[in-house]
Amino acid sequence: MDFLNAIIVLFNFTVIPALAYGSQLALGAIFVTLIYAVLRFANFATGDMMSFGTMFAVILTYYFQSLGFGLGVLPTALLTIPFAILMMILYMLIIDKFVFSYYRVKKSPPVQFAMVSVGVMFVTQALIRIIIGPSDRRFLDGEKFIIKATEFKEMTGLAEGITLKSTQAITIIVTLIVVSIMFWFLNRTKTGTSMRAYSDNEDLALLSGIDPKRVVLITWVIAGILATIGGVLYGLDKSYRPFVYFNNMLPIFAAAIVGGIGNPFGAFLGGYVIAFAEIFVTYAYKRFISYLLPEHLEPDSLLQLLSTDYKFAVSFSILVIVLLIRPSGIFKGKVI
Amino acid sequence: MKNYKNVIAAYSIMIFLIILVGIFQSWSIALTILNYCLISAVMTIGANIQWGYAGLINFGIMGYTALGGLAVVLVSVEPVKKAWQVGGLNILACIWIIVAIIFVVKFILIRFDKSKLRNYSVASVILGGIILLRVTAAPGIEAIESVDPAKTGFLGGMGLPVLFSWIFGALLAGSLAFVIGKIALGLRADYLAIATLLIAEIIVSIIKHEEWLARGVKNVIGLKRPAPYEIDLQTSEWFINLVTKFNSSKLNLINSISDKQEALNQMVIDASSVYVKLCFTGLFLTVVVILLIVTQKALYSPWGRKMRAIRDNEEAASAMGKNIVKEHLLIFILGSAIVGLAGAMMVTNDGLFTPGSYRPMRYTFVIWVMVIVGGTGNNFGAILGGFVVWFLWVEAAPIALFLINLFTSHLPETNAVRVHLIESAPYFRFLVIGIGLLLIMRYRPQGIIPEKIIKQ
Repeated sequence: MDFLNAIIVLFNFTVIPALAYGSQLALGAIFVTLIYAVLRFANFATGDMMSFGTMFAVILTYYFQSLGFGLGVLPTALLTIPFAILMMILYMLIIDKFVFSYYRVKKSPPVQFAMVSVGVMFVTQALIRIIIGPSDRRFLDGEKFIIKATEFKEMTGLAEGITLKSTQAITIIVTLIVVSIMFWFLNRTKTGTSMRAYSDNEDLALLSGIDPKRVVLITWVIAGILATIGGVLYGLDKSYRPFVYFNNMLPIFAAAIVGGIGNPFGAFLGGYVIAFAEIFVTYAYKRFISYLLPEHLEPDSLLQLLSTDYKFAVSFSILVIVLLIRPSGIFKGKVI
Repeated sequence: MKNYKNVIAAYSIMIFLIILVGIFQSWSIALTILNYCLISAVMTIGANIQWGYAGLINFGIMGYTALGGLAVVLVSVEPVKKAWQVGGLNILACIWIIVAIIFVVKFILIRFDKSKLRNYSVASVILGGIILLRVTAAPGIEAIESVDPAKTGFLGGMGLPVLFSWIFGALLAGSLAFVIGKIALGLRADYLAIATLLIAEIIVSIIKHEEWLARGVKNVIGLKRPAPYEIDLQTSEWFINLVTKFNSSKLNLINSISDKQEALNQMVIDASSVYVKLCFTGLFLTVVVILLIVTQKALYSPWGRKMRAIRDNEEAASAMGKNIVKEHLLIFILGSAIVGLAGAMMVTNDGLFTPGSYRPMRYTFVIWVMVIVGGTGNNFGAILGGFVVWFLWVEAAPIALFLINLFTSHLPETNAVRVHLIESAPYFRFLVIGIGLLLIMRYRPQGIIPEKIIKQ
């Protein structure tokens, strides 16, 4: 029984949060990697673009709530995602038209692209703060929990319970659906294949009659979908704060590089690698161990490898280690 | 002289703008802006050495700035004797453990051939070392942090004059840059950017959360100053006489003695803050001028030509027998050391060390915008960039507020759009900086004052 309790403690405090957080990171990381593979630059506006898409979802959620629309037990935000995605794609295409396309035609070096994306980051951040302000917003409604710890304890008679928040379940399910559709699109459809061809070898792709404009357009559309969904899921799970999204960009970058930049599947797994590492390293194992060991051996300390203050530092350290040992990432991306 | 015409023109406009602030807002504000402009200029000189001379993209400026700030605390604060007594030994032991780990890892790497066994043994040494570190450090840290936590709770510094910390900050940042450079410099440009950005974030999070070192997010206030304090000035005879002398015409207009005294008091208070800021301006200006002369000499020396050759064509330079790895590392260290110096100057100017305020937006990206806008590869340009961008960063909000009021003046006071816009005026600075950067990158990619290659 104690063994079961220990497993449940671990599951409740590490596996479930890590899965949800990892899904959010994975969506962002695929966004980064896709832009990197097709448009060939590291997009420093990633976090703020995700924030921008989420902003529309937040505003529309408030609007729908005022009209009385809703999905009952599900959060209203899910209903607003399609509209937010449309706005996001529109914004991205405008940015691409007025900013990035010029450098693409000129075939600028990636560093210049990166600097331009810093400019876009500033502008996006300003727009977000001017439109919605920098304060903390919660826009989750509907049922909060799927399983509560007390219910679980009653059901199973165990000493420890499992809490499953509805946002966590939604995050994992939506991520799986979106990612599988995206992989199907990239690997099975003609457009997806042409995108991969363009990413592999631009000149050869142009020779075989692939329209670069169309590839770029499709890339931004997919990027918009991923950015908005990733952003909204994160906002539902935690809360919407523009500043936090900028900070999230850093673990997202780490995930994309750890997975092998330019490789969407690698980025997907990279998200979970980062999330699990962050949570496993900063989790205090005292309760887990105390179930496994006999009573007189119970540990005094928290048995925490690093304090939770260093959550981000863990993912960055992993990134540095990966860059040192295997610069192309765990799942071989583009060679650096 | 003809070559320098646009440089002189650009700087005159900048000085004129700061004087305008002095006239319209106040001289104290103008001097604050000028001081920060000078600090930014030091940072941009550092970033420009890396990016403009050698083409290295370093997004870790925030980390070096924070280290420079840490140096001020470590050098100038009086040591907390009690904290050293209760926990100093543990901390010293930890330093020895870290040194031992590094030597053992180095030894394994040199003595054994590349193999799986070697990797595992290196990993286990590091892991074991970290566990040993935690076991040794934990009681010491706890003891140190419980020594009068409201006021100290940290080891304190060396109690030296604060100006030493500027040198120490540069050394600290430079030695960190050596380590980071060893790790990350082989990477391609945009990876280097991401790696340095993340490493800087790690440094700041360590400074934030290791409270025994510099109180972390609890901040250190009341740091020493290389300039007199306002309070002392206000009571000293010579200063009051000086103010009276300067303002005698104004004071003579006032008839009643009590009014005169009151006016004089106000003037002395204003003048004392201006005087202190002027002292700082003098110090900062000296640093900027020295750095400018040194970097300018370096740029047009054989060494500078070599750096530009490496920047423009690595393969060709390498074929000519230049050691690219070594030169890159050297310039990475030099640039970072200058940024560390700037960080120390900034904390000295503020008189307080607030690790929580180090954010990549303000301390990395804005500095980069300064370098790009001013002119990469040209020191005059980089310094001007520091001035222009910092000026915009500070003055964007008041200007935006003025413009919003102007354009919405036909709307009633309570109009929702107007109220919302006025509330969000501070955020227009991001918009101005972002659009400025995009425009410069598009229409004048070499910056306001472009790089000049003197043919020799």
